[in-house]
Amino acid sequence: MEAVAAKPEFVFSDSDWNFETLDRTLEAISDIALNDLKLDIYPNQIEIISSEQMLDAYSSHGMPLMYNHWSFGKHFARDQAMYQKGYQGLAYEIVINSNPCIAYLMEENSMTMQALVMAHASFGHNHFFKNNYLFRQWTDADGILPYLAFAKKYITKCEDEYGFEEVEAILDASHALMDQGVFRYNRPPRLSDADRLAKLAARAKHEETTFNDLWRTLPTVEEDDEEKEERQAEVRDIKLPEENLLYFIEKASPVLRPWQRELVRIVRNVSQYFYPQKQTKVMNEGCATFVHHYIMNELYDRGQISEGSIMEFLHSHSSVVFQPEFDDPRYSGINPYALGFAMMEDIKRICEAPEDEDREWFPEIAGTGEWREVLKNAWANYRDESFILQYLSPKIMRDLHLFAIADNAKESHVEVSAIHDERGYRHVRSRLAAMYDLGIHEPNIQVTGADLDGDRILHLRHEVQQGRLLTDKTKDDVLTHIETLWGHEVKLEELSS
Amino acid sequence: MTPSHFIDRRKNPKGKSLGNRQRFLKRARAQIKDAVNKSLRDRSMKEIDKGEKISIPSKSTAEPRFRLNPEKGEREVVHPGNKEFGQGDRIKKPPKGGGKGKGKEASDSGDGEDNFQFTLTQDEFLDIFFEDLELPNLVKRSLKEIKSTAWKRAGVTVSGSPTNMNLIRTMRNAHGRRLALRRPSTREMNELKERLFALERIAQPGAEQIAEIKDIIAKLEEMDARRRWAPFIDPLDVRYNAFEPTPVETTAAVMFCLMDVSGSMGEREKDLAKRFYMLLYLFLKRRYEKVDVVFIRHTHHAEEVDEETFFYSRQSGGTVVSTALDKMLEVQKDRYSASDWNIYVAQASDGFTQSGDAKRCVEMLNESVMPISQYYAYIEILDERELEVFSDADSGAELWRAYRTFAPAWPNFAQTRIATPSDIFPVFRELFAKDKRQAA
Repeated sequence: MEAVAAKPEFVFSDSDWNFETLDRTLEAISDIALNDLKLDIYPNQIEIISSEQMLDAYSSHGMPLMYNHWSFGKHFARDQAMYQKGYQGLAYEIVINSNPCIAYLMEENSMTMQALVMAHASFGHNHFFKNNYLFRQWTDADGILPYLAFAKKYITKCEDEYGFEEVEAILDASHALMDQGVFRYNRPPRLSDADRLAKLAARAKHEETTFNDLWRTLPTVEEDDEEKEERQAEVRDIKLPEENLLYFIEKASPVLRPWQRELVRIVRNVSQYFYPQKQTKVMNEGCATFVHHYIMNELYDRGQISEGSIMEFLHSHSSVVFQPEFDDPRYSGINPYALGFAMMEDIKRICEAPEDEDREWFPEIAGTGEWREVLKNAWANYRDESFILQYLSPKIMRDLHLFAIADNAKESHVEVSAIHDERGYRHVRSRLAAMYDLGIHEPNIQVTGADLDGDRILHLRHEVQQGRLLTDKTKDDVLTHIETLWGHEVKLEELSS
Repeated sequence: MTPSHFIDRRKNPKGKSLGNRQRFLKRARAQIKDAVNKSLRDRSMKEIDKGEKISIPSKSTAEPRFRLNPEKGEREVVHPGNKEFGQGDRIKKPPKGGGKGKGKEASDSGDGEDNFQFTLTQDEFLDIFFEDLELPNLVKRSLKEIKSTAWKRAGVTVSGSPTNMNLIRTMRNAHGRRLALRRPSTREMNELKERLFALERIAQPGAEQIAEIKDIIAKLEEMDARRRWAPFIDPLDVRYNAFEPTPVETTAAVMFCLMDVSGSMGEREKDLAKRFYMLLYLFLKRRYEKVDVVFIRHTHHAEEVDEETFFYSRQSGGTVVSTALDKMLEVQKDRYSASDWNIYVAQASDGFTQSGDAKRCVEMLNESVMPISQYYAYIEILDERELEVFSDADSGAELWRAYRTFAPAWPNFAQTRIATPSDIFPVFRELFAKDKRQAA
């Protein structure tokens, strides 16, 4: 080995990886990440997997532990077909917001790709998960894996006890409401609050005993008085209108049995766990891409990777941040990697070498040279919408040739409402930011009432914005699912505010 | 130091999603079946037992969510890549469905009209393909097995050939016997002998020493005697591995493909026949452990040929169908005794035969073929125009009419007509459908 002619300072010189080179590379990367960029990360658990295992992980939200459901099998079937036909490569990496932060490396990757993926996932995403306010407040990195393990086991038990169909009906219906199953404004109770965990353990234990004896002899077992009282107290605490449909149904449904409520709660918790990711695609990917780009270049500058390696890296990197234009057949919206990376590189530029325009738009950061602090502050305290509103610079809008199109369904023409010029910058920026506001993007549906002692009809209201009604194709199907959970009639009105 | 570590998970079981996949297949069963049947009709038979790309209506496995209707209300969207637009430009919307450069809706979101595409494995495909199909008269004779024998280990015996000697058992027995009979060990004797040699080397031994020498010599003699009647290995110790012949039951079928290859059977007709044979072969293969295929082609005389010749070479001559039956019976008597084999016969023809021959065919079927056959399928290949002409089951070419008359007597006889590839699978299903009624 020593006889190889490679320069000794390279952390790897071969495109094949082994655990020795992985170790050396990880050490070099973390030196840059922790001592230069000063990232703050969870401990890393980096797992090497095969491509089949990657496909497996893919189809269940990338989670190593997920309960069983046919929809994951469907996604698996599609991903597999796409992969085998070569329409779609596998993602280079999957990373999980957990403590320790689990990232997957595929064994097929070259050593350069492994370095890229480690920098990207185990440091970029990892830092973002640990520091971004949405993740800090709304998800529980310590509790998620134990919770999913509990959920998987619980659902399997329910299937044994009550049959596939029964369980599937509840899960199908709950999945239909996942988008309406999150708390957007008030903070949800954390999974790992001490009493919550204790409750969970108690519940699991309770099931342990009741599953075996009590429930077998009493298949229609109802909650005991104490539990019922507790639940009804929670229902009384709900202030209408309630935005979290799954929460309301779980607590107030007149027909669900205790185990069914638990299933609804599992789906709701999973949905809530992923909610921050939906709001931070641009930032999260931007952060990870910025970090891997910086680290790989730094490795090269320090003479720790070879010229061939940096070329391979740049090739992958440029395809990751490729943004097709709107009239390109490959266009399918704005690439979050491209936008996020461009904006973060731009912040660095503004801090280090601002133009007059930048001083005018970003007086507080232009020329300070403190780009590390500015970026870390952004990563910690913004989500996509607010980040774009705050930091999208005229230069980026010009580089990407951004333009806004106003479309009123009633008219035969669309209108270009703003382009990347002096008059349009602010408008384009606010429109682009709004595209990442889930409150606008997703229908805002709330529970407005349910007379639990009377007709028990569940009243829902869609707050229609700008005349954007629900699509009929799925509306009725979803309502049917809600009726499954509610057990009585469900009425949905669409109101323009 | 980073708080990081690697874990090699490659050895972990893969296929974690298989359970979910099964659930999905079960869920979409009906749609998948439709798609499988549809895809079969136009597919070349060579690919039949490969995995199949399947496309089912996404509605069956939709995961509906509330969505905003893109065709209602107002919205403003930002796109990259402006080239010539200025603020205030108005652009005519493309005709309905064009979408103003908006990203395409993912097909799995549940609200797309698109089909859902994925690939079935070969096993999944064939399972669905043959679902609901049952071999006719399977009960009656399929339990017939070939009594072939295989040698199986059956413990140890005291006799056998040296090659089968079981060394471990033999040595173990010998060791036990040696212990029981107190056979003096070589080591013990060597010790005594050494002592003896030592004593003998003394030039002038004392009386005591002489006595010891005598004593040792006596002991050695006794030991030698003992060793002679308690040998290291006695024939009694030897054991041999025993093997016993055991009957192995295998179910086996032979499939006779009879085809008219005279001039009137063109490429199209042969192709159709081939598809039918292939289906039958695949089907049998899933039901029997062993399936032999015999190809018999005929014009005015019949011969057994290989598959290549059967399907691809041409011959000219008249048409005498009964020659094929003769040949088939000959081969059957020669190699496939009815007591050991399930016999399936598939005959394809365009329906023409020498006048008077149809009658002879019927006789042969009645007397010799049907009694030994598990199933006999006759398919008549027509062109589409003829199929219309012969829409009445009773009219038809000579062979058809002759078969019609005797068919009712034999529930395991089926005849049918096909004209296009799309006819084959329905016909096949009809022939083998689980609750098959007598073909109308």
